[in-house]
Amino acid sequence: METTLFYILSAVTVFGTLCAITARQAVRAIVYLVTSFFALALIFYILGAPLVAAFEVIIYAGAIMVLFLFVIMMLELGSPEKLPKPRLADWWPAVILFLAVVGSVTVIAASRQPAIAPGFTAISVREFSQALFTRYGIAVEAISMQLLFALVGALYLGRRR
Amino acid sequence: MTWDAIDIALMVGKILVLFFVILTLAAYLVLAERRILGWMQDRIGPNRVGPMGLLQPLADVIKMLTKEDMIPSAADRLLFSLAPAMAAIPAILTFAIIPVGAPMVLFGREVNLQVTDLDVGVLFFLALSSIAVYGIALGGWASNSKYSLLGSIRGLSQLISYELSMGLSLVPVVMLAKSFRLSDIVNAQAQMPFIVYQPLAFAIFLVSIIAECRRIPFDLPEAEGELVAGFHTEYSGMRFGLFFVGEYINIIALGALASLFFLGGWRGPLLPPILWFFIKVAIFSFLFIWVRGTLPRLRYDQLMHLGWKFLTPLALLNILATGWWLALR
Repeated sequence: METTLFYILSAVTVFGTLCAITARQAVRAIVYLVTSFFALALIFYILGAPLVAAFEVIIYAGAIMVLFLFVIMMLELGSPEKLPKPRLADWWPAVILFLAVVGSVTVIAASRQPAIAPGFTAISVREFSQALFTRYGIAVEAISMQLLFALVGALYLGRRR
Repeated sequence: MTWDAIDIALMVGKILVLFFVILTLAAYLVLAERRILGWMQDRIGPNRVGPMGLLQPLADVIKMLTKEDMIPSAADRLLFSLAPAMAAIPAILTFAIIPVGAPMVLFGREVNLQVTDLDVGVLFFLALSSIAVYGIALGGWASNSKYSLLGSIRGLSQLISYELSMGLSLVPVVMLAKSFRLSDIVNAQAQMPFIVYQPLAFAIFLVSIIAECRRIPFDLPEAEGELVAGFHTEYSGMRFGLFFVGEYINIIALGALASLFFLGGWRGPLLPPILWFFIKVAIFSFLFIWVRGTLPRLRYDQLMHLGWKFLTPLALLNILATGWWLALR
């Protein structure tokens, strides 16, 4: 049952992301992207990472995308008629990135044994947080400092002159 | 875990009963609000349909279903029709994690009176409440009308602001219970409800949930005096009904969560657990109506000031104080 669910959710994720890229209207793109985040969160959940699933929804779907939506609605950027059609030259970065992703996935898939255990166990919140704040404690601190710098930088740029 | 027929039947049964109970309660909460508000404002309120007006919700549903379903010609049709569901579904989903009573023995096995006891229950609730923003935001945006858009933008910024203080006010509860699981939180209050240890967190949570429900004094997204009806101005018939019922389902859900987090959930002396839970939820629902009948609407800057400069710092200090208390105890 979990395998079927996984494939359905993966299809939704990929389809949602494709629609988000191709949507002409920014608000619709956000809705598609949120759909794909949702499906992704469920994939995390069935893979045994409930905490990651919850944070995927809270942070990505519930905070970041909401802020995007807020800015788009405030500035009324939603009208697609004004946007120019993408030119051929605009496609190059996307093509290069796509090739890079395909290349790295192929390399990883070729070099590694299929090491995914058939019976994985769900990680409890307690184990997850213990690992996060002891084994990866320095990384967590570094990231939080980085976020603090970004915050201070944003405050500096946005200050009243 | 393997599931047999009885397990599946129990699960389906729980979901169906829950659905029925929530929708009935929400419909009657609307009636209760109209009657109580009428009583507070020294008028009668709806009392014509059935004895004491008790069939009024039925009449309202029939009216909403038979009304013409209008979609403005300039609207984004897809998002316009999706938005009401986006507003109502998170509120209904919240009930999946709410334990309504002590575990019971049914058909020879122990049954939790809760659809699912998630390991990340509190986070599940926060995730749903952060998703609930989309219904309001997209409903107003897709209507393509300036009043709706203004209502949506107000609603968005209000919900983002108060989500923060709501989430932070729950951190001390999790610290005391040492778990995100709602059944653990209820069990941790077996001796003493958390409101005794955390009156400040309770106050912050209460104010925040009233703001999350967009009720007076925080009803700026739908302020009738200035925005017609805010984000749902262009909606009619059952689409409006979904927004409307969603709001009342949300009141019940948040009332239930407030009683779980701070009043010990279904725990109480003498009376059966389900009745205790119902009484606590009813008290919160009455409080919401009472506040609506009493307070005037805040000004927008006052709303933002209260959220960001008062409740959020207070909630952070409360977390710090709770941490010290737990460490030094």
